[in-house]
Amino acid sequence: MIKDLIRGLWRENPIFVQVLGMCPTLAVTTKALFGFSMGIATLFVVVSSSVVISIIRKLVPEQVRIPMFTVIIATFVTAADYFLKANFFSISKALGPYVPLIVVNCIILGRAEAFASKNSVGRSFLDALGMGLGFTCALIVLGSIRELFGFGTIFGFQILGDGFEKWIIMILPAGAFITLGILVGVFNIIDKKMRARERVQG
Amino acid sequence: MKMLTINVAPHVFTPVDTRYMVRGVIKALIPATCASLYFFRWQAFLVIIASIAGCVLTEYAIQKFRKKQITLGDSSAVLTGLLLALVLPPVLPLWMAFLGGVFAIAFGKEIFGGIGCNIFNPALLARAFLMATFPVALTTWSQPITLDAVTTATPLGLIKFGGAATPYMSLFLGNVGGCIGETSAIALLLGMGYLLYTKIIDYRVPLAYIATVAVFAFITHAINPKLFPGTPLFHILAGGLLIGAIFMATDPVTSPVTAKGRWIFGIGCGLITMIIRIWGGLPEGVMYSILCMNALAPLINRVTKPKRYGETREK
Repeated sequence: MIKDLIRGLWRENPIFVQVLGMCPTLAVTTKALFGFSMGIATLFVVVSSSVVISIIRKLVPEQVRIPMFTVIIATFVTAADYFLKANFFSISKALGPYVPLIVVNCIILGRAEAFASKNSVGRSFLDALGMGLGFTCALIVLGSIRELFGFGTIFGFQILGDGFEKWIIMILPAGAFITLGILVGVFNIIDKKMRARERVQG
Repeated sequence: MKMLTINVAPHVFTPVDTRYMVRGVIKALIPATCASLYFFRWQAFLVIIASIAGCVLTEYAIQKFRKKQITLGDSSAVLTGLLLALVLPPVLPLWMAFLGGVFAIAFGKEIFGGIGCNIFNPALLARAFLMATFPVALTTWSQPITLDAVTTATPLGLIKFGGAATPYMSLFLGNVGGCIGETSAIALLLGMGYLLYTKIIDYRVPLAYIATVAVFAFITHAINPKLFPGTPLFHILAGGLLIGAIFMATDPVTSPVTAKGRWIFGIGCGLITMIIRIWGGLPEGVMYSILCMNALAPLINRVTKPKRYGETREK
C-alpha cells in the first residue's frame, strides 16, 4: 500500500519522470506561491476524481469510460475554480485560464485510466495522493528557483539583497524551460546513484 | 621485434585540425580586438578578460566534473569567450560578462556533449541569454575613446528611432557606439581576408549574407528613401552584420556543410536580419537571424544532400 503513495513522489514523479502536465508546469511557476496553489488545486482534483472513479469503476461501460472520467474531473475542477475565485481572488487571477485547464491535465486522466479504473478505492486514493504531492513538490521547487532569480524572493520573502539584479529571463518562458531541464537532469543524476546503491544492497 | 607498421587508411595527414582552425579564427580576430581596445580602452579589455575567464573556467569545471578529457588545449573555449565579449556592450558589468561566458559553455556547448555537438553558436546563445536576462544593461552603450557613460545610441538605433545618419567613414573605422568588436568594419574585413586566404572559412555564407542585406536595402531604399533611410552601404557597415557574417555564421559546427546549403543559410540570415532591422521592434537583427538559421541548419543539410553519381530517384 505504501508503495502506491511513494511511487508518485519519486520514481514515477509526474513532472520529472513522466513529463506530464507541462502546460501548467511551465506557465504558472513564475512564483513559488503560484506553483503551490496550482499544485494544491491539482492535488484536490486528482484525489477526488480518482476516488470517485474507483468507486464507480465496475458500473462504467468500457466504451464510454473516457467521457465519464472527463465529466467527473470537470466537476471537481469547477469546484476548485470557484473555491479559488471566492477565497483567493488574486491567486485565481494570476493563475488565469490554467485552473479551468486542469480538466485537460494529462496527469489526472492518466491516473484515472491507468490506476483508479482498475484498483480498489484505498489504493487509488494513495496513488492519487502520491501523484498530487509529487506534482505539488515539483511545482514548488520550480517556482522557488524561478522566483529566487527572477524577483530575489521565495514565497514573497526577500532572500537576495537589494543590490540583486533581477534575471528577467527566469520569469519568461525560456527560464521555465531552462530550469525544468536542469531539474530533470539533477533528478536523473540522483536517481541513477540511488538505483546503483539499491543494486549493490539487493 | 617490430619491422613493419600496418595501419588502415588514411595515410596522408594534414595539419588542419580543430586546434588549427580555432587558432586561425583567433588570429583573424586580432585586428578587431585591437580596434576594440583602441576605441573602448580598459572597458573593452576587462569585458574580454571576464568573458574568456567565464568560458575557460566553466569548460574546465564541467569536464572535470563529468570525468571527461580536458579539451582546453584546442582553445575553443577561449575563442567562444572572445567572440562573446566582442558582441557585448563595453559598459557591461563584469560579472554579467562572466555569467555570459559560463552560460555559453555550459548551455551552449557542454550540455549537448561538447565541441562539435552543439546546435546553436555558443557565443550568440549566451548573448541572447544576457539580452533576455538583463535587457537594460545590454542596450547601454558608451561613446568610443572618451568613454562617456552617457548612453549613446548605436548607428542602427539612431537611424531607426532618431533619424540621424552616421558618416560612412566613422562606420568604416569604428568610431561609433556599439558592441565592443562590431564597430570597426576595416578590422573585421582584415580578419575576413585572413580567413579566406587560409581557407578556414568558406566564402559562400558571408557573401550570400552580405549580398542579401545589400540587395534588400537597395530595393527598399530605392522605393522610398524617406521611409527606409538605410542605404546598402550603411546596412553593411553598421551594427553587427560584418562580425556576424564573418565569424558567427561561418561556425563550422552550426552552419550547413553543403555548398548549396551554405547559400541558403546566408540568404536566410540576410533576409531575417533585414526584416528585423526594418520592421522589427529591435534596431539590430543579426543575432536572432543567425540563431534562427542555426536551428534550420540540420534541415538544410538534409534537403541539399548532393546526389551520388549514378543515383536514381527512388521508386
